[in-house]
Amino acid sequence: MCPRIVEIRQKVLKKNDELARRMRGRFVAERRFTINLVSSPGSGKTALLERTLAELQQAGHAVAALVGDLETDHDARRLARSGAPVKQINTHGCCHLEAEMVRRHLEDWDLPGCRFLFIENVGNLVCTASYDLGESLRVVLLCVTEGEDKPLKYPGLFNSADVAVITKIDLAAACEFDRDVAYANVHTVRPGMRIFETSSTSGQGIADWVRWLCERRQTWVDQADR
Amino acid sequence: MHELSIAHSLVETAVSEALRANARKVSIVRLRLGVLAGVVRGSLDFCYDLVARGTLLEGSRLVVEELPVVVFCPRCREEVPLPGIQCFRCPRCDTPCGEVRQGRELEIESIEIEC
Repeated sequence: MCPRIVEIRQKVLKKNDELARRMRGRFVAERRFTINLVSSPGSGKTALLERTLAELQQAGHAVAALVGDLETDHDARRLARSGAPVKQINTHGCCHLEAEMVRRHLEDWDLPGCRFLFIENVGNLVCTASYDLGESLRVVLLCVTEGEDKPLKYPGLFNSADVAVITKIDLAAACEFDRDVAYANVHTVRPGMRIFETSSTSGQGIADWVRWLCERRQTWVDQADR
Repeated sequence: MHELSIAHSLVETAVSEALRANARKVSIVRLRLGVLAGVVRGSLDFCYDLVARGTLLEGSRLVVEELPVVVFCPRCREEVPLPGIQCFRCPRCDTPCGEVRQGRELEIESIEIEC
């Protein structure tokens, strides 16, 4: 019997993080700007993506989307209507996407010239925060029907995001959505984060959002070119 | 509820390190857990016991060191711990602080083994 301590100092999600890092390197090499969309279920990820894919394609960009869902392929079928290449990831009960799931679904998927790859995560405001998918941009959605205090209730996820999109803004008045409070809450947990307001039904704010995405990708490409 | 998959990764890593050290048994696993890591302690404990069953870790204790968020305050020009996770402002000067220096950790620090 000789009890002793073995130092390990290793990240528990090391495998995921290392794979995510490798994928990020590949996305940079391919100049494929990869965007991870996170939010609670029903906040409008698929609708925003439908609009975004259509707008980007109209502007001449090649795009693609990977869609995470527990069981169905409803979202993938909805998104395929935009004409963009779309693949469904069924997690079969798993509440978040992991880098390995993304890797597996990208394998043998030929996406020539694809500039924007969207990954629609499973609707979940907790677990999705822990898993790096190799993305270059993490977008968190906040729907007006959810209430302004979501950022305070889920600070971990909101803090991990790069940009916030307030969705279903056309319903704001009916929901008595307090815009100032929502902004203040987002900025309390993530100071300075850029916020967009969109309606996928009326199209409000979509053009600004898509323009910003293109600029953001260009900055990212310029950095990679250097 | 991703604590089960986290427990799996945790046990897998600890077991392989224990085997490398020729351990007969692991008595303690020490984990550093940032409060922003999004891991629920109670769920992790529950899943840990479940996953550890039948491995070198069976019956071992999971000791968790909880780490507060530490941000860099651009005005004070130093790192400051935050009392919670809902307000990323310097507790001294109230400046918004976006630069997180600690709080997302989910790391195995060490294991205590018997050979």
